[in-house]
Amino acid sequence: MNKPEEFTADRQGEQSDEARTNGALQDFITDCTVDTAIYLESCIHCGLCAEACQFYVQTGDPRYTPVWKLEPFKQAYKREAGPFSFFYKALNLKHRVTVDELEAWQHLLYDACTLCGRCSLVCPMGIDVASLIGMARHGMHRAGLVPKDLYALAQRAEDTGSPLGASPELFRETINRLASEHSLDIPLDRAQADVLVTLSAAEISDYPESIVAMARVMNHAGYDWTYSSNGFEATNFGMLSGNTDWQRDMSMNLINAAIACKAGTVVVPECGHAYGAFRWQAANMYGEPLPFRVLHIAELMAEAMEQGNLRVTPVEQSASFHDPCQVSRRGGATQAPRTVLKQLGVELHELPGGGELNWCCGGGGGVMQIGRADELRYAAFRLKIDQVEQAGADRLYTSCNNCRLNFSDCGEHFHWDTRADSLLELVADNLAD
Amino acid sequence: MDLLEFARGPGLLWALAIMVFGIAWRLVAILLLQWRSDLSAPRSNRTMRGAVRLMIMRSWPHKEFLPKTWFSELAGWTFHLGFFAVLLLFVPHILFIEGILGISWPGLPNWLIYALGVVTVFALLGVLVRRLRHPVLRLLSNFDDYFSWLLTIAPVATGLLLSAYLGMHKETLLAVHLLSVELLMVWFPFSKLMHAFFIWASRGITGAAFARKGISPQ
Repeated sequence: MNKPEEFTADRQGEQSDEARTNGALQDFITDCTVDTAIYLESCIHCGLCAEACQFYVQTGDPRYTPVWKLEPFKQAYKREAGPFSFFYKALNLKHRVTVDELEAWQHLLYDACTLCGRCSLVCPMGIDVASLIGMARHGMHRAGLVPKDLYALAQRAEDTGSPLGASPELFRETINRLASEHSLDIPLDRAQADVLVTLSAAEISDYPESIVAMARVMNHAGYDWTYSSNGFEATNFGMLSGNTDWQRDMSMNLINAAIACKAGTVVVPECGHAYGAFRWQAANMYGEPLPFRVLHIAELMAEAMEQGNLRVTPVEQSASFHDPCQVSRRGGATQAPRTVLKQLGVELHELPGGGELNWCCGGGGGVMQIGRADELRYAAFRLKIDQVEQAGADRLYTSCNNCRLNFSDCGEHFHWDTRADSLLELVADNLAD
Repeated sequence: MDLLEFARGPGLLWALAIMVFGIAWRLVAILLLQWRSDLSAPRSNRTMRGAVRLMIMRSWPHKEFLPKTWFSELAGWTFHLGFFAVLLLFVPHILFIEGILGISWPGLPNWLIYALGVVTVFALLGVLVRRLRHPVLRLLSNFDDYFSWLLTIAPVATGLLLSAYLGMHKETLLAVHLLSVELLMVWFPFSKLMHAFFIWASRGITGAAFARKGISPQ
């Protein structure tokens, strides 16, 4: 197996190398169900997935071919669990994966994959590579081989309830301060409400105006809603780091808060992976169907607009919309933001391949949070500049705070003025009286 | 028993037995794994429709990716169609199958089959050159890729030699041709050639999952 160039992998814990390898591979193999085994058996090594991955397209480095990022785990599956594993093992046709290889693959599985799933659209076999990368991350976590920046955020989220350390007290203070500053009613910790609203850590640290916008929209549309200081953080760094236990804990915080206030709907904020984690994975963490529905805020706004409960004044501008991968391509909520933009009267200039084929911003899946991946992330982002300029709209909107942070950071890096603004804030700024 | 008798008799039977048992083993071993259940609320219940749609749609090149994938798509389609046309529509093959199974169907003129055989060989050579030259394919490729390629081109190439009476005594060539097919049959269940089965399952699983989430199958 060709190894990526040497780099120093991050390690957690004091396990022996053998324990790390056993843990990673056993975890992956135990996770293997019929569907994932079929995916692993199906690959014909055609390499087409490379053409859908911006890390490969932007660097030309073949190691960034999506399915190559799974190579140690594919080998382990064939040697340890596949239908002919006895041949592979007895004849050593597939060698036993080493901890050195797993360490080398840390870069490919975390720094060079945003879990955007674009590769799943080109694969002629229909393999959902992104879901396999997610499984491989579980194994890497079990081996204590997670990038330290991402691990630290996940650990903090597990310990405090928020990746940036926003405690319930800080959350309450923030909500009360914003309510006071903006003379707004921001319901908090109500015993009962139809809708439980959540937020992402970036809203407290970087985009408090999004919290204000959320309150304005919810109040305008007449919802019976609340925030809960027991379950407000929608980001799920447990999932991104590969720690299933932490992912479950983070999902359960929101599930318990929603059940406590008898909410029929939980609204996920403008955060891509939060939507993926809660809309599509939380029920599996919970172990039964959720007793409420889950909507991304763009879905809620589209629904409220169509029902006539959320009225806006027309906006005289053209705009492009950057689809957050986990909301559109991976989440199926592609039309909701377009419905909102249409209601606003925005002249939509779709980005090339806009919608489910949209290129990722390059910062999802935890990549934005891994400091050592910055240069690679900038290289991956570069194509977004070309896309946005080609679309030629006045403004650019998105509905993911992580995408916004990445556009800002990469924009500064490339001295490019365009920023990705919040769809939620656009609506809040243009509510009809 | 000479080589041709072996190839026509026990060789063919053993190859068929290994192929059938191997395919069954590989499929059953996978189907006995745990099935994943998804408890999230589906956006749509039309998962079967989604599965079939993706099975069909993924057979056609997507215009978004076509500028980069056209060669693979074109060569892939060409050698697959060529291989199966030669296998199933060459009159001597039909007669051979009729002798075993008792069923037959109309074939194509020999000249057309020879032409298709030549096109298939060139398409397979093109695929090999690309695999050897493209950095991504070089990195991904393993023994299975090259050996499966060799065993796929061998029956077509030996068949063409046989049709032209080139290289060696006709009966020996026929035996070599039959043995090349039998080797392909033996290798089939252990190799990437099993994608003949997995492609439909894999596409179907993803298509159903996409439909469940309300994602367009693309």
